[in-house]
Amino acid sequence: MIPASGNEDERLKALDAVMAGHHYSGHALIEVLHAAQKEWGYLTSGLMRHIARKLRLPPSRVLGVATFYHLFRFTSPAPHEAVVCMGTACYVQGAANLLDSARRACARNGWAVTTGRCVGSCGLAPVAVCDGAAMSRATPAALSAEMERKYDAANPGPRARG
Amino acid sequence: MSVHTLEIDGRMVTALEGETILAAAEDAGIFIPKLCAVEGLSAPGACRLCMVEIAGQNKLRAACLTRAAEGMVVRTETSALREQRKLLVELLLAEGNHVCSVCVVNGYCELQSLAAALDVDHVRFTPRYPARTIDLSHERFGLDHNRCILCTRCVRACDEIEGAHTLDVAGRGRTARIITDLAEPWGHSESCTGCGKCVRTCPTGALFLKNKPAAEMKKDSGFIRQIIAARREKIWI
Repeated sequence: MIPASGNEDERLKALDAVMAGHHYSGHALIEVLHAAQKEWGYLTSGLMRHIARKLRLPPSRVLGVATFYHLFRFTSPAPHEAVVCMGTACYVQGAANLLDSARRACARNGWAVTTGRCVGSCGLAPVAVCDGAAMSRATPAALSAEMERKYDAANPGPRARG
Repeated sequence: MSVHTLEIDGRMVTALEGETILAAAEDAGIFIPKLCAVEGLSAPGACRLCMVEIAGQNKLRAACLTRAAEGMVVRTETSALREQRKLLVELLLAEGNHVCSVCVVNGYCELQSLAAALDVDHVRFTPRYPARTIDLSHERFGLDHNRCILCTRCVRACDEIEGAHTLDVAGRGRTARIITDLAEPWGHSESCTGCGKCVRTCPTGALFLKNKPAAEMKKDSGFIRQIIAARREKIWI
């Protein structure tokens, strides 16, 4: 989810508070990047430059660390995010079909569909996670319905079909 | 300071306390292949070309990271080591786009000479031919990612010797690449001092001086040793 956009100064102040909490230590870089992504939804060059300056790190190191981890994003995320687990148990239980149908469904309702490695609930396979809420023994139909439902809940009013 | 005596390729060699097998061998004039280690820079142990056999240890050890110890018996040239090194060079050649005939360092390239020394006359793997870019935005230097083997010599020279830390590695796996600042064009970098240490330490033609035709660029990373000696001991070698 994209966090509600508040006052830019306020958000920067919040980020600076996180850095101050870590005594502006360069070792806190990953923590600070997490905090920034939580607040803005993704990392921009401006943000990384700001973090580099405050933590007294070279900008190339900040980008190097941020691009090393898959969880950091550099472009604005879609309004909703579905993760389909592709771990062995889920895969055997048909995660590929789940992913296919989720990808078809996402084209018209603002979802970003990504894959993940084992979420640690193999007994409930196949597992999909919609905006942070896990679905167990997911079927393609149930997953598409859930995605539609969440979209409708977030976009009340007449439905614009694409 | 204590001194250790060890045997490298049948020769008795002395090493200072804390000295690596690689340094001891080089002091004694024994050549061990390497691509990432440079005297005077930290050793990441990344290229694995300096792997050696140590008697009594069933694992190969990177000579650039393993400290010489009293009584050690080291072998740097065995058929197994040679095969392993050959494999590594072939993998490096298959990973990037290494076309010697149009390269500025043709004839002076460390990767090329190593391939020649190991009799790499063909590559057993399908080349990846990755789509990589070239950054020519800097006034005097160029960065051709096609020829980069990610040894990080430039990153370490920039960080440890020049102190600018303009360069670093971004991404991981096959998307890993050298970046300048926040992956901006090199010419726009605010932190780059334009000292050229990265270009001189680069073992391949990835970093090069502009306006040099193919096969006209010689490099030498020996200057790092000189800078360190001058800085630490105030001697100019």
